[in-house]
Amino acid sequence: MFPTPIEKTSRSWQFTYQSLLPLALIMWLLPLIAVAIFSIKPAADFATGNYWGAPTSFEGLTNYMAVFTQSDMPRYLMNSFLITVPTVLGCIILSSMTGFALGVYRFKSNLLIFFMFVAGNFVPFQILMIPVRDLTLQMGLYDTKMGLVLFHIAFQTGFCTLFMRNFIRALPFELIEAARVEGIAEWRIYWFVVLPLMKPALAAMAVLVFTFIWNDYFWAVVLTQGPEAQPVTAGITSFNAQFGVAYHMLSAGSIVAALPPVAMFFLMQKHFIAGLTLGAVK
Amino acid sequence: MTVATVPDMNPPRRKSFYKRNEIALTPWLFLAPGILFFAVYVIIPIFQSFNLSLYAWDGLGEARYIGLANYQELMTDRAFEVSLWNNVKWLAFYLLAIPAGLFIALFLNQTVVGIRLYKSLFFFPFVISQVVVGLVFAWFYNPSFGLLNTALGWVGLGPINVLGDPTMVTYGIIAAGLWPQTAYCMILYLTGLNAVDPEQIEAGRLDGAKGFRMLWHIILPQLKPATFICFVVTIIGALRSFDLISIMTNGGPFGSSRVLSFYMFEKALSEYGFRMGYGAAIAVVLFLIMLIFIAYFLWSMFREERGH
Repeated sequence: MFPTPIEKTSRSWQFTYQSLLPLALIMWLLPLIAVAIFSIKPAADFATGNYWGAPTSFEGLTNYMAVFTQSDMPRYLMNSFLITVPTVLGCIILSSMTGFALGVYRFKSNLLIFFMFVAGNFVPFQILMIPVRDLTLQMGLYDTKMGLVLFHIAFQTGFCTLFMRNFIRALPFELIEAARVEGIAEWRIYWFVVLPLMKPALAAMAVLVFTFIWNDYFWAVVLTQGPEAQPVTAGITSFNAQFGVAYHMLSAGSIVAALPPVAMFFLMQKHFIAGLTLGAVK
Repeated sequence: MTVATVPDMNPPRRKSFYKRNEIALTPWLFLAPGILFFAVYVIIPIFQSFNLSLYAWDGLGEARYIGLANYQELMTDRAFEVSLWNNVKWLAFYLLAIPAGLFIALFLNQTVVGIRLYKSLFFFPFVISQVVVGLVFAWFYNPSFGLLNTALGWVGLGPINVLGDPTMVTYGIIAAGLWPQTAYCMILYLTGLNAVDPEQIEAGRLDGAKGFRMLWHIILPQLKPATFICFVVTIIGALRSFDLISIMTNGGPFGSSRVLSFYMFEKALSEYGFRMGYGAAIAVVLFLIMLIFIAYFLWSMFREERGH
């Protein structure tokens, strides 16, 4: 193990390390801690300039309740869910199929198609912006959740195909050959042999895509306009306009908007990190 | 004796076309929906943007062909030059996330009690949307009550208005972006460090290698796959930077924090009138810059594939 395990070092360094850890963490998360403190302060503290002192009263409950009752925030959150969940499902369906095709079969243009998906996944959003916006307008899906969902599914298919194909390549190929010898139809091999083995990879991918889509801001701004369809990342700017310099409200709103992917991360940590670091070791 | 041959009443029926070509056809059936979606929303739009960059179009009326006039205009556009320079700054300084991530990963690669929780909490910033990161850092930099200036005040410095100063603003935003990006690189390196061969470390220790020499000669070569992925995601992140700029400064002050991705959006969709053709030309420039890196990534992946 590198660096030298702490148990094998001097007493004094062990002690220093143990006290350095929490200190470093506090420094690292300081901006977030600040927002968390802001979000439980009463409005009066900001008026009197008490930004960093102790809160004069605990108003956490009031502030968070106000986020849910006095603004469009619940609606934005709902929109975010209604955009993110169908996207994740769509990606799972499409990319488990493309990944299966590119991972299992050998044919001439296999690598070419694979690289098309990979390259497409890297392009800057701006080169797609005008045509995608036009297309969405023409289909009558501008400012709808459906318009966003369709685009997100298509774009994420690039990343997800990369992910699924590499995972399937690592599966033992004998399983598929054995199934073929038995005379099982190819689509049944997909459904009964490969798909069950893909479950952990699909879980990892689902968590990642959930986070990516939830946090998307650019496409939300390009393809939607009002509280009817806007997800929370775009909605929070109108939320901020509504509350101006009411920092306690702005902080509480930011925390609410950030929470779902955070919860997802802590609940599905193992899958999340497995997905993110796929390929980081050989 | 003659044996009457009874004609076979059930000749083997010819297999259907699909059955005969099952292995060849199946991959295409499975690929069809994915390719269709990807072509319509990603591949074709790239070519459409290239085409559009040769037109003058306000998004509503008739598009007018103007050849390379949009690109000619770019050459003399001060705002474009500023954006391009800022992109270079983003590329250069965003890469700091890689050594910073490695540093934190080395710091956390221990087995003390509670280290798992520490690792997750250090990774935390990456999970939060850039919109929230932008808001949080905008307050952090706030000249009247921000934490940065409060801290500077304690040591008798400041106040500085990071986001209001054209010379500092881009660096201020990059610093905000480095926060989640460093967390990302950290987690990649932590996974990489987990897989480092302990025997090589022991051998190195016996040879008297330690500290930085050990890191440089024995650890880093084994972390190469992690470093490559860090590089890929950081370059892409740098060229995609949009959210933070839009939230923290909206390109200001005086357009000094724009990058190409933001400037393109502004030209094509801002309230000052839609200039779709000009926006497309900016997008093409950005795309071509990215293409250099995409070609390099694909080439690396291709060598890897060949190796198998």
